Amino acid sequence: MDATLTNQSENEKIWGGGNKPLNSSYGKMMMWFFIVSDALTFSGFLAAYGFSRFKFIDSWPIADEVFNHFPFLHGVDAPMYYVALMTFILIFSSVTMVLAVDAGHHMKKNKVAFYMLLTIVGGAIFLGSQAWEWKNFINGQYGAVETRGGQILQFVSADTGKRVNITSFAASIPTDREQHQGRNGIWYASESTLPTYSVEEIKKGFINNNDLLVKTQQLDENGHKIVLSREESISKIAQSVYVVEGANLIRNEYGNRLFANFFFFITGFHGFHVLSGVLINLIVFFNVVIGTYEKRGHYEMVEKVGLYWHFVDLVWVFVFTFFYLV
Amino acid sequence: MAVEHKLSIFRGRLTFASNTQKIWGVLIFLSIVTVVEVALGIFKPTILMSYFLGMKLLNWIFIILTIVKAYYIAWDFMHLRDETRSLTSSIVLPLVILIPYLVFILLLEADYIYNVMTDGFVSWNF
Repeated sequence: MDATLTNQSENEKIWGGGNKPLNSSYGKMMMWFFIVSDALTFSGFLAAYGFSRFKFIDSWPIADEVFNHFPFLHGVDAPMYYVALMTFILIFSSVTMVLAVDAGHHMKKNKVAFYMLLTIVGGAIFLGSQAWEWKNFINGQYGAVETRGGQILQFVSADTGKRVNITSFAASIPTDREQHQGRNGIWYASESTLPTYSVEEIKKGFINNNDLLVKTQQLDENGHKIVLSREESISKIAQSVYVVEGANLIRNEYGNRLFANFFFFITGFHGFHVLSGVLINLIVFFNVVIGTYEKRGHYEMVEKVGLYWHFVDLVWVFVFTFFYLV
Repeated sequence: MAVEHKLSIFRGRLTFASNTQKIWGVLIFLSIVTVVEVALGIFKPTILMSYFLGMKLLNWIFIILTIVKAYYIAWDFMHLRDETRSLTSSIVLPLVILIPYLVFILLLEADYIYNVMTDGFVSWNF
């Protein structure tokens, strides 16, 4: 069978049938075309992010001021180190994956299993890191207020220029206001959790504390956020209508509302890819261990799941650039 | 199932003895590029803050370095270097044509909206 096929393909044209013109198996090609379509999906997301960013080019949040946490370094301003670490973890798990594929070509079962396991561990560490990143993002660090027009006002100290946490200056005004739930008000309506402080408490605390200034969303020509003078700050704070702590899908303390939405959506979609990659890797790992591919005579399945895994890494490289660097 | 690998990178300037060595070599290269990116992102040299085609020079460098990284991940980790030319083209060409097109129309439109909101007769700071 093989011999006749080879003879035919020598005489006929490449696309005349009877051979594999792209020199690639069906499964691998389909994985490639899935990757192409998925790459277009991700570029759609990132291009939409770019759209919003160019639309609000002079008021977009600065990534270095948002993502500045590092494990065990509380209160230390460490921009980007953590995501750089995550990038290294993912690139390294890509390397162990490609080593597994290479071992598969040489039919070394134990080596394939070992490298697959390392890849899975790398993917799990990355997922954990992303969960930690989300936790910090959702909890927030300083808190802010929102004006009637949807502008976020943050607070800085006039002496040091550093951000000030709202808990450190908010006045205490006792009130009976509590969260409206179905069981304590009208049964068909409810509201989400109330912020720790009311707007009045923030306003009063701000006016009592002469050291405080308001930091707006707007960027100056050097790309820094504009800090208002004390008088402007007091008139601006009077317009605030909402206290924002951390981030959710409606508002966030970092600035433009779309920023948090895109963060959740793009890193979430990528994280979901990593999760499914880890699960598929696990299935393939168990198949390697019980010898499925040894019996089949080739480790092409490792190669296919490897393509998907590298793609996930590839997407992260772009997310890293557009969310954290640019 | 022995598979042929092309073991040269950088247009043949660097040739590795085996596929495993090439993988580690590419890892080192990718790590260097990432370290350069992070260092530039932390120090932000003032020379690179000038604008070129609507974006900071620094951002252009980041994007170019990202595409370089993507190239080596696709070509060496995903073995595109070892595939036939027709398969490589059918994967890369749609992306290379469609993505810049999408990015171009969206960013141009976004810049237009930005101009309308800043120069137009509409107050957005209420």
